[in-house]
Amino acid sequence: MTAPVLKFASEFRDPAAAKVLLAAIARKADEIGATRAKPVHIMEICGGHTHSIFRYGLDKLIHDGVEFIHGPGCPVCVLPMARVDECVEIAETPGVIFTTFGDAMRVPGHRKSLIQAKSAGADIRMVYSPLDALELARRNPGREVVFFGLGFETTTPSTALSIQAAARERLTNFSVFCNHITVPEPIKALLDDPDMRLDGFIGPGHVSMVIGIHPYDFIAADYGKPIVVAGFEPTDLLQSVLMVLTQIAEGRAAVENQYGRVVPEHGNPVSLAAIADVYERRPSFEWRGLGEIDASGLRIRPKYAAFDAEEKFGIGYATGRRNVPELEGCACGSVMIGKLKPTQCPQFGKGCVPEMPLGALMVSSEGACAAYWQYAGAREAAE
Amino acid sequence: MCLGIPGKIIAITDAARLMAMAEVSGVRREVNVACVAGNDLEALVGAWTLIHVGFAMSLIDEDEAARTLEALRDLGEAQEALDQMAAADEALA
Ligand code: SF4
Repeated sequence: MTAPVLKFASEFRDPAAAKVLLAAIARKADEIGATRAKPVHIMEICGGHTHSIFRYGLDKLIHDGVEFIHGPGCPVCVLPMARVDECVEIAETPGVIFTTFGDAMRVPGHRKSLIQAKSAGADIRMVYSPLDALELARRNPGREVVFFGLGFETTTPSTALSIQAAARERLTNFSVFCNHITVPEPIKALLDDPDMRLDGFIGPGHVSMVIGIHPYDFIAADYGKPIVVAGFEPTDLLQSVLMVLTQIAEGRAAVENQYGRVVPEHGNPVSLAAIADVYERRPSFEWRGLGEIDASGLRIRPKYAAFDAEEKFGIGYATGRRNVPELEGCACGSVMIGKLKPTQCPQFGKGCVPEMPLGALMVSSEGACAAYWQYAGAREAAE
Repeated sequence: MCLGIPGKIIAITDAARLMAMAEVSGVRREVNVACVAGNDLEALVGAWTLIHVGFAMSLIDEDEAARTLEALRDLGEAQEALDQMAAADEALA
């Protein structure tokens, strides 16, 4: 990958609006008494937001008293190593065509990553959509086509609808290895962690496009923290930060929607119905860096068991072969929950770079370490 | 994977399966429109949608589509989505 061109505020599409927002944020931060020594901690949950913050250098442009804490909202980054191992195991089964989003190809497993398994001969194909996997299954009736279902609520409807389609067409050679996870539960886990100090949240807009804004009500009602659901353009993010700070200044905590042009209050009914039909909650699911979190993962309902790769291949949560330890020497867990900055990991830029990631946070542009490496590292070098 | 990309619906290709042809940054790609369909499928032709992993997830206006696309280009995500579509064509070949 070539080095990205650095963008600063002067290159914002709407520099005037950004300037006004940054000034308003500074006034609010001063009003609250936020300083570099005593900053307001705002967690952006979504990896797309993390990417955008680094891309535009918002962390540097914003008032000293506002600190972004990068949350666990990159589905590739939170994928536990054991699940990658299981992907490789399925992919290496004779007769299988294993299909995945490109993002997941380089996530390290204990034995190998999917890309390493592919170069060793496994039939692993990068697809853009689960619909591609469905089409492969139609065209290859003699092969078992497995789709690696991965992601938060934004992508969950796509695999649910694909499984429904496979059932309607009575395909017998299509299954999904389901690793879908949900956003509200890990936020609750972070809020329950006594070591975390979070003052407010920027909520993922595209997740709320599916689930609406009310699944976050508990953040305001039970924990007294503001959350603003945001778009991913830089001015969206700045406006959302201002909305969070305004709530803090006024002593309020509410769920607000900055991204109303895409996010309906109650989400997308067709998507929600498909998810409810196909999936049920697992009692708990393991997150890289966070451990097991109650009710945070989805599995395929028994009525669609014929399309469940865990059932077909006899692997996964049901088998009890769990709790494979994570890599030693990396700080992924602490970086994941915002306790450490990527540069504080001893491996950052040494044993771990985007071309040869050691931890999953270095794999995808939505991972904090990769975003930091791609933009902040280059920026600091340029200064 | 999570950001999606704007695309314009140009034709309904398979009404039973709720599939339509979309134009995404000059590239044509068949997408599922179940989540934005409503009652009149043909009414979708000409509409802008936000497409996530092959599924139109939300209707947006043209202005929003243009701004979103520009932001995605800045982030390198637009090219990534187009590359993934091309990779998928290869996987199916
Ligand atoms: S630099 Fe690599 S090993 Fe260290 S926290 Fe980031 S991804 Fe993990």
